[in-house]
Amino acid sequence: SISQSSLFLNKKQHSSSKDQFQEELVIRPLHSGDIYASFQFRTLWDTDFLQEGQKKVSHYRLFPKSLGQVLSKFSVQELHISFTQGFWRTMQWGQPFIPSPPGAELWVWFHDTVSDVDGNWKELTNVLSGIFCASLNFIDMTNTVQPSASFKPLGLGNATDHRFLRYATLPREIVCTENLTPWKKLLPCGSKAGLAVLMKSEKLFHSSFHSQAVHIRPICQDEQCTSKAWELRQTLNVVFDHYTSGQGKKEWSLFKMFSRTLTEACPLASSSKVYVDITDNPELSPATPLLSQAVVLGDRRTYSVYDLTRAETFGQLRSFNLLLRWKGDNMLRPLLHAERYVAGFGLQTGEIHTVIYNNHPYRAFPVLLMDSVPWYLQLYIHTLTVTSKSRDNKPSYIHYQPAKDRHRPHLLEMLIQLPPHSMTEVTVQFERALLKWTEYTPDPNHGFYVGSSVVSALVPSMVAMSTNFTQDQPLFSSFVPVKEESSYFVRVYTEPLLVNLPTPDFSMPYNVICLTCTVVAVGYGSFYNLLTRTFQVDEPSPPLAKRLANFIRRIRGVPLLA
Amino acid sequence: MAFSLDTNCGLLNHNIIGPIYCTSTIFPPDILITQFWFNYRHVANTLSVYRSVKRLGIPDSHIVLMLADDMACNYRNPKPATVFSHKNMEFNVYGDDVEVDYRGYEVTVENFLTPRSKRLLSDDRSNILIYLTGQTGNSHGGNGFLKFQDSEEISNMELADAFEQMWQKRRYNELLFIIDTCQGASMYERFYSPNLMALASSQVGEDSLSHQPDLAIGVHLMDKYTFYLLEFLEEVHPASQANMNDLVSVCAHRVSVSPGHHTDLFQRNPGSVLITDFFGSVRKVEITKDTINLTSSVKSGSGDMQIESLTYVDQLPVAEIIHQKPKQKDWHPPDGFILGLWTLILLVFFQTYGIKHLKHIF
Repeated sequence: SISQSSLFLNKKQHSSSKDQFQEELVIRPLHSGDIYASFQFRTLWDTDFLQEGQKKVSHYRLFPKSLGQVLSKFSVQELHISFTQGFWRTMQWGQPFIPSPPGAELWVWFHDTVSDVDGNWKELTNVLSGIFCASLNFIDMTNTVQPSASFKPLGLGNATDHRFLRYATLPREIVCTENLTPWKKLLPCGSKAGLAVLMKSEKLFHSSFHSQAVHIRPICQDEQCTSKAWELRQTLNVVFDHYTSGQGKKEWSLFKMFSRTLTEACPLASSSKVYVDITDNPELSPATPLLSQAVVLGDRRTYSVYDLTRAETFGQLRSFNLLLRWKGDNMLRPLLHAERYVAGFGLQTGEIHTVIYNNHPYRAFPVLLMDSVPWYLQLYIHTLTVTSKSRDNKPSYIHYQPAKDRHRPHLLEMLIQLPPHSMTEVTVQFERALLKWTEYTPDPNHGFYVGSSVVSALVPSMVAMSTNFTQDQPLFSSFVPVKEESSYFVRVYTEPLLVNLPTPDFSMPYNVICLTCTVVAVGYGSFYNLLTRTFQVDEPSPPLAKRLANFIRRIRGVPLLA
Repeated sequence: MAFSLDTNCGLLNHNIIGPIYCTSTIFPPDILITQFWFNYRHVANTLSVYRSVKRLGIPDSHIVLMLADDMACNYRNPKPATVFSHKNMEFNVYGDDVEVDYRGYEVTVENFLTPRSKRLLSDDRSNILIYLTGQTGNSHGGNGFLKFQDSEEISNMELADAFEQMWQKRRYNELLFIIDTCQGASMYERFYSPNLMALASSQVGEDSLSHQPDLAIGVHLMDKYTFYLLEFLEEVHPASQANMNDLVSVCAHRVSVSPGHHTDLFQRNPGSVLITDFFGSVRKVEITKDTINLTSSVKSGSGDMQIESLTYVDQLPVAEIIHQKPKQKDWHPPDGFILGLWTLILLVFFQTYGIKHLKHIF
């Protein structure tokens, strides 16, 4: 039987406890044959340590202490950090539940009582780099921007002064087990119980896409929104490509994907569920009567729900393994997607092209494009062109902050109206700078990364979205607050660029110095000698016989020989 | 190169008696990009020692692990998130619970000698283990230095000075220095601080050899010295009585290369020093039978807070964005250059045309 949200029975029980923890796993077969698994862990913390006059918070139950201390010390209102390996292919896989760019991305809204935002930002990045074992300490003023219209807060708040927002990406950052380990330690049950037992790094990193993120924001605690609570969402999105890499057929099981099965829910969780997307009618076993429908990303999809807090889900063997055999080939074409590439040749100039596709058949909608380009690619903004359907398309809002060498990157934000069913191309020319020799990385011939562009849009939805906010919505549909029914908010990231800068040959300085010094010495020395040498006539000394003869003649007093 | 010394390992809690350790490990990749993967064995070396040290009881908070390149999640690795030390992929030393403190470009001489963050705090009761592996100067001359990322180097004199500073600041009790590189013995030649013991995989003029390649991964997996060291450490357990003489003799039976050791500066007899003094950690636990009263948790004053109705912010407020006024920049008086330029122009004008034209202007 299909029912909307009333099958979540334990609605009322959590109103008296302070902290709450929910976990869920959503499995969605993608039309390319891959399978997309999205874990979300949500911890709700009913406290407000930014309130004046309240005692310092020292009691942490489910919320991790390291993050709580970070939030209170740096007066953070919202924190979003993600580590991603791989690139999300929108055209083959559709839209992700939580988008993220390749590498590391960090954006933070500070509270409006903070006086020195830059100082707090610098310290915050250092502390986070220690917590997550990542090189976030490379985030500094040369790659931080302050977007003026993108990245509005996802949580509660009324003041949106963009002076308190900081955004930075590290496209080069690697994600590996050492980042997953501290991430797992933030969960209340760790990796010992609940859905987190499935997270084995050998399987998770053997995938086309792996992204783990932490999102902290204040949210409404109830429907009337009279008080706020802190929400910590830890999300892990992974796309397994066993089918496309030729390792298997279009059938999966939890054991095959994660090499583990589920044995119990996390005892601290108030809800622990597994959702499987069955809109395309795959074969699923074990079957379950619980079904749920949700409208997410503008599409109404049907999910089978497995409730892990109920003992009967685990069956006789006390272990839950899901088997999915998939057939069918439908995919809703994503309405918005973007690409980016570098054109041109040589190591002096180039051109960045960003292409945004609007695949909606009849509706036009505006998108906000944000580009943050490092200072060593000197953009010529007078060459900026925006064309849609081979006609000029003037953006309704442009914000450009030029770069300052070694201080600040370029920031370009534009609000562009995309005509229906069209391709819009944004091009800008740039020149590559020559860096000082100490600024090159140890492997400069690899190239330098330029972070992904961010395209934020309110895409018209085919299906009416629900604007009611309930506590019992599945987590994957309640990440972005929905303000109006006819459109949904989506963020699309383009590829990062890899650009070669003119690189000196570091292996030759010794030889060059020797050669130059030799040439200079020979040239200058010869010249100097020619100018300053004086010539004197020198008689050659006579041979020994003659000298002896002269000696004898001198004694005798006879004139000497010549 | 001036440096001050804070790189040490720490006694964080005074209830813990017994030694606490730190392992620092560095190894630099080669200059060409294609050869970073070639130095897989350095990562495997380091991770094996890291695992042994963790297994014998040292917590992550007392270990500084520096890996200069990412092998486990490298795209060339046929089995991601794994680093194997034995061929046929028998033993994954990367595991599931590894915390790397410095990785990639953060591994620099500066971060080794003077870390700005992520450092351990030690005092004069801690024993320190330092394990280095990588590449030193090649055998054609040029020994006595260790390469970092192939773009900078640390010399044996710098290391010796660093240890002397640590001794002066009372940062260690005893220090064991192990190095697995070519001509490793050249790195400890210049040590002069007391209570230092050093082991190296090869003498000056000799090369260290790698142990075994794996055909699936395509590179050598470990170095010989560390391989035998790891085999020896696998048999050590936290209560073991094995001493330093056993450790020194473990690799004596190698084929062409002889490992070196330097125990002159060490005050105690090496035969009386236990392996677990450096590689393991024992914590003493005190049990108390008294009851402790905890104060109740803070109750939030929900009744007296003035709640204004809170809303979520519109994610893409198009109208608001379009009408967003550009921020008014503060007015600054004109720069000295501009003022000077205009003064010059005015002076030239009045010079040429005379002051009597002034009345036509004003």
